Amino acid sequence: MITIKFEVNGCDRSVITPPLKRLLDVLREDLGLHGAKEGCGEGECGSCAVLLNGELVNSCLLPVLQVDGAALVTIEGLADAQELHPIQQCFLEQGGAQCGICTPGMILATHHLLARNPHPSLEEIREGLAGNLCRCTGYTRIFHAVEAASRRIAESA
Amino acid sequence: MRSNAADFEVIAPQNLKDALAILDAERGVYTPLAGGTELMVAFGAGRLAARRLMSLHLLKELRFLDVTAERVTIGAGVTFTDLRRHPVISADFNLLSHAASWTGSIANQNRATLGGNIVNASPAADSPPALLVYDADVTMASADGMRTIPNSEFHVGYKKTALRPQELLLSIHLKRNYGSYVSYIRKVGTRNAQAISKVAMAGLARLNGQVIEDIRLAGASLRDVPARLPETERALLERSVAHESLADTIARSRASLASGPLAPAPISDIRSTAGYRAAVAANLIDEFLRLLARS
Repeated sequence: MITIKFEVNGCDRSVITPPLKRLLDVLREDLGLHGAKEGCGEGECGSCAVLLNGELVNSCLLPVLQVDGAALVTIEGLADAQELHPIQQCFLEQGGAQCGICTPGMILATHHLLARNPHPSLEEIREGLAGNLCRCTGYTRIFHAVEAASRRIAESA
Repeated sequence: MRSNAADFEVIAPQNLKDALAILDAERGVYTPLAGGTELMVAFGAGRLAARRLMSLHLLKELRFLDVTAERVTIGAGVTFTDLRRHPVISADFNLLSHAASWTGSIANQNRATLGGNIVNASPAADSPPALLVYDADVTMASADGMRTIPNSEFHVGYKKTALRPQELLLSIHLKRNYGSYVSYIRKVGTRNAQAISKVAMAGLARLNGQVIEDIRLAGASLRDVPARLPETERALLERSVAHESLADTIARSRASLASGPLAPAPISDIRSTAGYRAAVAANLIDEFLRLLARS
């Protein structure tokens, strides 16, 4: 067992854990953060995605020892107190979430995309979200939500 | 059945010297773990055979990209995202940045390393065809020092490499020689994004007028290792891609693929059949030759 210290959604956290435990399991089992979901468990579906030092990663493929000292953001850390993040609000308004399993990963992948490319083309949105699978929406409403979020963030800047 | 994390030991040396000293003292004991996008899949599925791992994530000596006028040296710990964002890689080695762009998803590209892709030694891996046509060299380090070999000698059999138990892959070297070359790369999989290839082909050629003066072709999933196609390269050398000659040149390419000891010998597996792979490989080379004819 080793002690891992890291920042999760702005708070310092510490866990005692086997070093190879998947970050996804540490988040869900040790820290009670159930937003990141296990879909495939092999890095293909993106439903476990979180931000590691600002970069999108699949937490099902990350041994927890590799995040010692890092700053993580999960879906639980995106909203500001009682107010949804504009990306979350746009997914809600545009029907970009249905069953909800892919939604945390979709929203964090969108966050990662818009942080680097605030006004992506449809093709760039498709590429930015290609690692996140959705079996409900057919993706079109998700892409509309990303476009709406891009506009809303620009308007509020 | 999920693996139990408590059954695995993982060490994380602070620097390359310490890592190499441990690998030297306890040969064959530790399996190196880089970005985790391969080994953690096996772990999650309960089929990770190695029980003692060495995580390389603290080794800053592996994560560098050094550019001089003549060459680029890429640390084995450089991620696919690092490669995609590097202006010299996009400008001088676009086959490598293309391969990086279709290696898994963006989330995986943020973790997966070029060194891991090479050492994992899958015949379907995305980066090796590009490295092979650029005639890359690879440097391995051990406590005794370093040795450098051509990348083409690194993969010695299915999932087998020239890496010794006490060594780590340190860096990949590319000469900046290819400004006058026409390049081609295409991956054929079940889906545009993050599918493992059925077949992939990289090509690089220099024309004198419309005559092929130099040509390199390398494929994924065509043999048990990522490999150049030397017989097809020889068949195409000094051939013309001019309008009246193109059909004959394509016929020579196809004849060279059909036989010979170094011709592709694709396998049938879960992703495709040998027949499909052979047909697609020939079509991809045709496509490259037509591209040369238009350039």
